Amino acid sequence: MQGVLLGGLYALFATGLSLIFGVMRLVNLAHGDFSILAAFLALVVVQAAGLNPLTALVLVVPLMAGLGWLLQRAALNRLLGRGLLPPVLVTFGLSIIIQNALLETFSADSRRLNPGGIETASMRLGSVSVGSLPVLTLVTAVLVLVALQLFISRTALGRAFRATADDRETAALMGIDHRRLYALAMALSLAIVGVAGIFLGIRTTFTFASGPDRLLFAFEAVIIGGLGSLWGTLVGGVILGVAQTVGAKLSPGWGVLTGHLVFLAVLVLRPEGLFAPPRRVD
Amino acid sequence: MTRPPILEVRDLDAFYGDFQALFGVTLDVAEGELVAVIGANGAGKTTFLRAVAGALPVARQAVQFAGQPVGGRPAHEQAAAGIVLVPEGRRIFPSLSVEENLMIGAYRRRPGPWTMARVFELFPALAERRRQPGTNLSGGEQQMLAVGRGLMANPDLLLVDEISLGLAPVVVRHLYEVLRAVTGQGTTTLVVEQDLSQVIRVAQRLYCFRKGTVSLRGRPDELPRTQIAAAYFGV
Repeated sequence: MQGVLLGGLYALFATGLSLIFGVMRLVNLAHGDFSILAAFLALVVVQAAGLNPLTALVLVVPLMAGLGWLLQRAALNRLLGRGLLPPVLVTFGLSIIIQNALLETFSADSRRLNPGGIETASMRLGSVSVGSLPVLTLVTAVLVLVALQLFISRTALGRAFRATADDRETAALMGIDHRRLYALAMALSLAIVGVAGIFLGIRTTFTFASGPDRLLFAFEAVIIGGLGSLWGTLVGGVILGVAQTVGAKLSPGWGVLTGHLVFLAVLVLRPEGLFAPPRRVD
Repeated sequence: MTRPPILEVRDLDAFYGDFQALFGVTLDVAEGELVAVIGANGAGKTTFLRAVAGALPVARQAVQFAGQPVGGRPAHEQAAAGIVLVPEGRRIFPSLSVEENLMIGAYRRRPGPWTMARVFELFPALAERRRQPGTNLSGGEQQMLAVGRGLMANPDLLLVDEISLGLAPVVVRHLYEVLRAVTGQGTTTLVVEQDLSQVIRVAQRLYCFRKGTVSLRGRPDELPRTQIAAAYFGV
């Protein structure tokens, strides 16, 4: 049960990663660092305005979205059509820049977002007692995924996302400006990771260097679930969360290791992931 | 030509890297016309369409659309301005249903006569399969879908690349009848075609390309077949 709830958090991290990979085949190595950046932003908002971290979402999420838009417009769109490697290098560099900027600004202390009680509150589900925060996280993750799925499958913009992912050149012939779409996708991705960062910050302590771990877990969730499948991402997050929790029950040090082992097992047995959409033939 | 030209191409050169594919092509299309560009493989026909549609960088002044220089603008701007290309090989979006493929055509919401209902009237076969993935259709139906998708953009100039590619003659004949009807309803159309036999019956004017230049122009009913063959094959 704990593992399923932890999976909600991992799914939130992984969704943004999955989205931008699905739409523009771009791997954002700074994804985890952006989540930590969001957590620190929330910390500033909380301290400056005396808000509850969950209320700070209202400010931080649009800020992260704006940052994502700017990042795509100013940097990543310039690298289009030069292969996979340049964006990987740029986001890797960005990851280091963010970590060092956070170190300079906030020192190396570990921080935590204090939401005033909810982090220790619990509720009863049938016969088991579960933490309110993990439940809220999982519910949020599911809501985000449902909203994203509806957006992608039902709206004109979502259709344009899918068309551009299929065939960018033909989409342009239909009047779709892929640079604009990519900026929107990155904004959406960072908005979601902003939510994830704040939930992380409430759940556990974080430092300037917590990003790469988050990225790793997000990657594992995406790969387990299958690239390009949003629901797979949720299941992948849950599987990873369960594996880590079960492992940690066996021995406190084994949690993360068990997660990695499950990830490797999936990679060996079903490299395309559990829920990957059928590959396009063209 | 009594009606004003909607597309004027003047001395158009186009390159792929160092390779020059078009040499000083000059061509006009008047409003409401159905014009065909014919030529053998490698004559530069597709390059020409891609240059007009914005998929290839060319000189701004070389392409005039409705009196404005538009050469080399990106494809999505050309589409927004009303130049829409139905690409060679159809290029249906595989993750989208038939209906969604059509809706992508209307992405820019240009006002005009073409709606999904009218496209389904034109191609009843598509209406029956509207919920299926676009790539589940037969080749001919996919070509109908590609043309329908282009029409949904309500173009002022519809460019169609090699509509006959890989299709049975009876299907090609039907598609050209539809294009003739579309032009009759006011949508100016420029088609590129390798297979003369069908297009020659519907085109109002003809340009023949050979080795990146215009080797012949005129009305199909006024040009003797031997002259067309000479311009086409260069004999």
